Amino acid sequence: MLVLTRKLKESIQIGDDIEIKIVAIDGDQIKIGIDAPKHVDIHRKEVYLAIQEENSEAANTTVDALQQLLQGSDPFKGQNR
Amino acid sequence: MKVQSKYLGEVEVSDDRIIHFESGLPAFEDKKQFVILPFGDEAPFFILQSIDEVEIAFVIVNPFDFFNEYQVKLPDSTIEMLEIEKEEDVAIFAMLTVQEPFANTTANLQAPVVINAKKQKGKQVVLSDSGYKTKHQLMPVTASSSQEGR
Repeated sequence: MLVLTRKLKESIQIGDDIEIKIVAIDGDQIKIGIDAPKHVDIHRKEVYLAIQEENSEAANTTVDALQQLLQGSDPFKGQNR
Repeated sequence: MKVQSKYLGEVEVSDDRIIHFESGLPAFEDKKQFVILPFGDEAPFFILQSIDEVEIAFVIVNPFDFFNEYQVKLPDSTIEMLEIEKEEDVAIFAMLTVQEPFANTTANLQAPVVINAKKQKGKQVVLSDSGYKTKHQLMPVTASSSQEGR
């Protein structure tokens, strides 16, 4: 990993269209501004990891489990939908 | 074209029903083509099936059927990427993580699958700062009422 030291208001340029700027520093919190093309998705890392994890789990549903769901009585019976 | 599906076997799908996910799905970034298949006759469930790999399939629902208050605010970048022009062209689904018993099944409201039906383009949108989580109980909790009161 490339490590660079930056001060408040200083930036890092990545490629020709991504800029990352240190906007504010408050104790151990650092506010970062990011300028990037719209097709570039930007996420907090832990959020993206959580989505990846959930998708992996969701894709793990077995055929059996779903068959039961289909054959079983309507699980939403009696609900007002 | 014929598509091998994880839950429904081989199904015939016309080419114009294939939905393109330019950036794939988180954890499945290389899967770019999916099709939505109805699952069950009247069931509110659909299957989001990868065209490329039979094992990659998700159970999805219309989240508004289950969560009345659910709101999705699409980022401008998504609207641009999916070339969305009109709201009525947009379909939104929530992925389920199916559990046994089914009552423990959860819906991922933080990352809805957004589809521009007109352009057959889709994206799983990560809603940051929305307050939604990856696991929302699908069934309303009816306490243990069925076991009590006899």
